[in-house]
Amino acid sequence: MQGLELKLKERLQKLLDDGTVDCVIGWTKGEFIYDVTPAIFTKESGLDGFVYNSFCGANLSKYLVSQITSDKKFAVILKPCDTYSMNQLITEHRVNRENIYIIGVGCSGHIDIDKVKAQGVSGITNVIDNDNNIIINSIYGDSKIEKASVLLSKCQSCKGSELKISDEIIGEGIKTPTCDERFDGVKKLEAMTAEERFAFWKSELSKCIRCNACRNICPACTCRTCVFDNARSNVAAKANATEFEEKMFHIIRAFHVAGRCTDCGECSRVCPQSIPLHLLNRKFIKDINEFYGDYQAGEESNQRNPLVNFTESDIEATVISDKEGK
Amino acid sequence: MKKLALSNLNSLYNAINDKMKLYLPIENNGAVNFGEYSDGANVNLNKMTIKSAKDAFFPQCEDLSNFKKEGKHIIVEQGELVSENFVIFGVRACDVRAFHILDTVFLEGYLDTFYEARRKHGIVISLSCNKPEESCFCSNFGIDPAEPKGDVESYITDGYMYFNPVTQKGAEFMAQFDSLFENSDDKAVKELQVKIGDIVGKLPLSNLPLNEFGGDKLDALFNRPEWQGLSESCIGCGTCTYVCPTCQCYDVKDYKTNTGVKRFRCWDSCMRKDFTMMAHGTNRPSHLQRFRQRFMHKLVYHPANHNGEFSCVGCGRCVAKCPVSMNIVKVMKTLGGNK
Ligand code: SF4
Ligand code: SF4
Ligand code: SF4
Ligand code: SF4
Ligand code: SF4
Repeated sequence: MQGLELKLKERLQKLLDDGTVDCVIGWTKGEFIYDVTPAIFTKESGLDGFVYNSFCGANLSKYLVSQITSDKKFAVILKPCDTYSMNQLITEHRVNRENIYIIGVGCSGHIDIDKVKAQGVSGITNVIDNDNNIIINSIYGDSKIEKASVLLSKCQSCKGSELKISDEIIGEGIKTPTCDERFDGVKKLEAMTAEERFAFWKSELSKCIRCNACRNICPACTCRTCVFDNARSNVAAKANATEFEEKMFHIIRAFHVAGRCTDCGECSRVCPQSIPLHLLNRKFIKDINEFYGDYQAGEESNQRNPLVNFTESDIEATVISDKEGK
Repeated sequence: MKKLALSNLNSLYNAINDKMKLYLPIENNGAVNFGEYSDGANVNLNKMTIKSAKDAFFPQCEDLSNFKKEGKHIIVEQGELVSENFVIFGVRACDVRAFHILDTVFLEGYLDTFYEARRKHGIVISLSCNKPEESCFCSNFGIDPAEPKGDVESYITDGYMYFNPVTQKGAEFMAQFDSLFENSDDKAVKELQVKIGDIVGKLPLSNLPLNEFGGDKLDALFNRPEWQGLSESCIGCGTCTYVCPTCQCYDVKDYKTNTGVKRFRCWDSCMRKDFTMMAHGTNRPSHLQRFRQRFMHKLVYHPANHNGEFSCVGCGRCVAKCPVSMNIVKVMKTLGGNK
């Protein structure tokens, strides 16, 4: 990983120096090894503090949305899964491709520090990534954990090591060992009775504090004013006042990103209450695959998603009753 | 000092619960938050709660009043004030200090009757932190995790839970359940406190540049160029404000029901675009301005208005939960010049 960081840094410095780009969207180091922060580096600031390590799980593509009117050129570091989001943003004209230089980076999975902590480790001072296992130093002593068990959930169902869009590639990637098949969780929910399923979501969503992290991190949620922030919309809310509102926010959001969600996994990653939001989105993805044929949002730029692309062979609306609501 | 075997804790919970509502850290699908106790609840006192204990006195959502139309009259009904005692159990030192900070906002000068009623009827049972986390930095603010304060202090060590009443209210509370407790000396607790002190000395964030902040630092900090880069990382979600024990902003809204109008308040966040929106618009139109507000409030405005006291207690929740790891520690180190 350190080799990769060095290579990236060298290359980015060149791109800044030769004027290919004015800014770099990358990561800056934190207080601990795991709390790296997405940051914008400029020619003036230089790449001081730049870091790339096993904790760079965040998807940087959304940071380009607010730069759409900027006349500056940006280099951005994207992992394979992030490139789907970039394609989708290009499709939706939410970023200015001409001003973006994409450095695709080979990936072998990123670590979820919350999963490390969930194994009972606290007081963490350092983490050493040895590919198959990780060594954790803490004020309470050292421990060793199998890396596969603490990968981010999105890495545990990795879509593959291929970069779907890039201007150049640095580092080699491998598809992370898949722990769960992508739709296993959805199938489990489908096998439940309606009452069981309702109870499952009721219990999960009762934890939601409406912090909006899931929405704000989501590369598919790029509306300038979200319907939930629009006081005139009649559904605007800053808190879940009732159980109904707890569910409404998520159901509406899932509908709004249906067909556009690339399954980048960011919403589940950032939820402070560990609500498995990906199960909602994956249900939509699975249904879309079944109804209209396999479709992956962000596979390439400028594809038409089946929900906005009428064909005569489209399923009939009765599918809902035929499937008994599943 | 009194003690109770950990294996008997459930009987204490049930005894309290028979008399009054009991709120304590409960685990639900892997997330620990304060919740109302019921027999068989999955109580977890070992993990820091995701949301703070603030809801006990300042809930995320609360009804203020109802308006009804009767003929030609509009009837205004005041929202109900809490009138029965309740217990909030297992509160850590940082959250206890946060109650004091909320007191200075809601009880001094302008009196918030809803908050006041809850505060009057709430009994705070605190709990020492046996294993502070690397994100904890309460000691910067003179908070001692080994002496958590509140109405009754509690400690877990040696298979027992120890209780020490701090206030009159706490002593009266303990007296109600006296038959459950054994008398004890404070030897085990003293030993535990020394251990915790050692750990606190090793915490990585225990040396923040507090001198660079305070009520008189407005001019020095407001226009610092570093706000630009810091705010660019932030996605403006509001997680930090909703998990924070001292964030105190709320929004008042009217909601049309079938029979009239309900007025309620709910937490607000300076990270939101419509924060302090007024008829003329907002006075913080840019993301940078909203981001700056959060930290200036904690580190400059609050101390300026409340005897120099910072309104961060170093609980580290924002450190642990920000989706992009931007937080008050990074802001302090960047602006305080030791980064
Ligand atoms: S991130 Fe989690 S807690 Fe926050 S609004 Fe989304 S689901 Fe709710
Ligand atoms: S809904 Fe979640 S998984 Fe889908 S694009 Fe948004 S953040 Fe990614
Ligand atoms: S600002 Fe962060 S560390 Fe300080 S009290 Fe709030 S959540 Fe805790
Ligand atoms: S900041 Fe951490 S150590 Fe300090 S009182 Fe809070 S939980 Fe305990
Ligand atoms: S600092 Fe972090 S938690 Fe707070 S609003 Fe910004 S991104 Fe969200």
